Amino acid sequence: MLIRPKAGILDPQGVAVERALPALGFSGVANVNVGRLVELDLEDPEQLQAMCEKLLANPLVEDYEVQLLEESGHAGGNGRGS
Amino acid sequence: MHPQPPSFDRPGAPAPQPSAEPIPTVEDALALGLTRSEYELLCEKQGAPPNAVELAMYSLLWSEHCAYKHSKKLLRTLPTQGEHVVMGPGENAGAVDLGGDLVCAFKVESHNHPSAVEPFQGAATGVGGIVRDIFAIGARPIAVLDSLRFGEPSGARARYLLDGAVSGIAHYGNSIGVPTVGGELYFEAPYEHNCLINAMALGLARRGDLVRSAAAGAGNALVLLGAATGRDGIGGASVLASSELGGGAAAQGEAAPEHDQDMRPTVQVGDPFEEKKLLECSLELLRSGLLVSLQDLGAAGLTSAAAEMAAKGRVGLEIDVARVPRREPGMAAWEVMVSESQERMLCVVEPADALAVLALCERWEIGGAVIGRVTDDGRLRVLAQGALVGDMPVSALVDECPLYDLAPRKPPAPLYPPPRATLAAEATPAAALLALLRSGNICSRRPLYEQYDAIVQSRTVRRPEQADAAVLALPDGGGMAVSIDGNGRRVAADPYRGTVEAVLECAANLACAGAQPLGATNNLNFGSPEKASIAWQLGESVRALGDACRALGVPIVGGNVSLYNEGPTGPIYPTPVIGMVGRLPDVRRAGRLGFQRSGDEIALVGPFAPALPASELAKLRGEPLPDGLAALELEAVIAAQAAVREAVRANALASAHDIAEGGLAVALAECCLSGHLGAQVELGDELFARCGTQPGEPSASWCALFGEGPGGFLVSGPAQALSELGRCTSLVRLGTVGGGELRIALAGTRLSLSLDELGNAHASLGELFA
Repeated sequence: MLIRPKAGILDPQGVAVERALPALGFSGVANVNVGRLVELDLEDPEQLQAMCEKLLANPLVEDYEVQLLEESGHAGGNGRGS
Repeated sequence: MHPQPPSFDRPGAPAPQPSAEPIPTVEDALALGLTRSEYELLCEKQGAPPNAVELAMYSLLWSEHCAYKHSKKLLRTLPTQGEHVVMGPGENAGAVDLGGDLVCAFKVESHNHPSAVEPFQGAATGVGGIVRDIFAIGARPIAVLDSLRFGEPSGARARYLLDGAVSGIAHYGNSIGVPTVGGELYFEAPYEHNCLINAMALGLARRGDLVRSAAAGAGNALVLLGAATGRDGIGGASVLASSELGGGAAAQGEAAPEHDQDMRPTVQVGDPFEEKKLLECSLELLRSGLLVSLQDLGAAGLTSAAAEMAAKGRVGLEIDVARVPRREPGMAAWEVMVSESQERMLCVVEPADALAVLALCERWEIGGAVIGRVTDDGRLRVLAQGALVGDMPVSALVDECPLYDLAPRKPPAPLYPPPRATLAAEATPAAALLALLRSGNICSRRPLYEQYDAIVQSRTVRRPEQADAAVLALPDGGGMAVSIDGNGRRVAADPYRGTVEAVLECAANLACAGAQPLGATNNLNFGSPEKASIAWQLGESVRALGDACRALGVPIVGGNVSLYNEGPTGPIYPTPVIGMVGRLPDVRRAGRLGFQRSGDEIALVGPFAPALPASELAKLRGEPLPDGLAALELEAVIAAQAAVREAVRANALASAHDIAEGGLAVALAECCLSGHLGAQVELGDELFARCGTQPGEPSASWCALFGEGPGGFLVSGPAQALSELGRCTSLVRLGTVGGGELRIALAGTRLSLSLDELGNAHASLGELFA
């Protein structure tokens, strides 16, 4: 699950990074957003959306994308939510 | 297109550009929460139907949240004057004199509806908002307290809301380095769908450093400080605060939480680090003498801040939304004007100082932009890149919203169902004491306050569960005590006497710390004032607030009103939350609630007349609320508080504790647990007489142990000190401190519980949710 701040929602982490990078000499940085990646093994992928809605993401301020990988490591499907 | 666009024929104003925006209809106004007659009135004030920008601004400023339509007339009856008052209601916060050159700024505010939708951000931004109110008048924030109400902990929703709210308070308060020094928490079924999150903040300032919010000086620049503006909380103040949460969804047969989720995008996100920078920058701007006036942005954002500043200064303001730094592209003018993005302040500066102000913003790494100017024509004008998009008389926006008279009527039948019984009828007094210590309203708040930084800034002398009030040291060796209280269930039983009790409870807590009250703030949390029964609760409660504060000589220097706190199951308990601040001459003598020394004598002080109806025990037994509480002797209670205060100040007592929820037995247990010492007491005939019963009656022992009422203190100290105290007020010796057990003997029965048993029961907050 890739969880990111919703468009338009204040992202204090992103703002902090955006201000810190130029201070370290990296110029031309804009539109920084900081999200997080949750990796897990599970038996029933049907539960993923509910997991995101109830715990892993905060639907108030975050969008999430789900990417299913088979055990072999190949992509098996994706979904999106907000 | 409106057939006849309003004319903007004013000298000096930029040429109006024909707008392609349609003029909103009366239906739009209704959807924004205005009534038809309010819409007609504002059309009249405006001289034409308002355009979208104007209607958005009117709808917010004329909402209950901003205009106090149903409460203003009542609030005018409250005492607001007094020898210690430095700044009264109407400013961002009130302030009282602490002696010397020092003043204390304080205020309580609610964030109930946002927290019901998203508890973490709702509570966090509630703290952020009240802290901004404090530094908006030039005081450095030094403490936060919070007053929380949730449904019974057996519900999953109460847990979700409590966890979120406590994390949110900790996240914001800890991050900005302001200690959370106290608070209160009640669980009652009527709060299930409408939790209460009230936050109080205190600040310190030199008297000469205080600043007001009135804009002044035509031609002066209007500077917006702090964070960039996004679509946070658009419509939040109006739509969230003035509609009953979950009501619409319930009507459609849906679950309330889903409805709440639909409302989520209007909730704001807070950034405490931004607030810390804004705080330091604002205080430095004030110290540098660069500001004419300062105002924080809260509900209704720029709209409210600008209109209030203009109204107080009797001037006009002109704002160009194109100059407002944005976080999001494509925001409409009205969105910029009503956005509730956090961590922003508005200030008026002389044009010659504008560059210096912006330079200081740069140094503190916060945004700063000149967004408009002060005018002398009493109008609030909104421009978009120079084009006029809104033009309103300030007086119409702020002062001419209709105020409504309430139509109060005492409810003919009880409004609230009896609580669910959780204590077996055959329980022994010992089992009942443990059940009370374990209950949600009495058990230790340690799991909460351990998450808060209570000592940052190094002023905290008494933390939660060390004394009845939080105590903070002042530079002159004195101290300040603060308490926040409001037992909604007792106010539901009797709005008048319940509110008097809440005020007395606050003052009693200060007395136990040794503090003389200087001023109070209040947050009135009630249901819909348009209902006769709620109007009656509100009227009685405000009348009591005034009477009790006058009797104590404690003026109310600020506050907040939160109405329409209702869910599908009905209104919340009427919940006036009182915050009170007092002064101690010598902070080293600040009182403690726990027993300190083996061998000290224990006494009951004051005109305490316990009664079981509306008590915590009655709640555990599932008894319905009584219709009215017992009468109380206000003057005698106040005299007892004075006697206890003087004894604490004289360092005569080892401990002093106000008897509150759970009565004498719970108070004894709390004194034992806080001091890690047992006690042996005997409750004699004198106490039974106070219950209005004879020792032989079956209910007498229960009433003596667990009955509640104002005016009771449990003190401990040397026998000689208690004798002296007994000369000033009524005093009954109960027993002595010592041992590892609490032993209570009364009317031939004995109750004996070890400190471990008491402590384990008291430490049960976590288990309530299991």
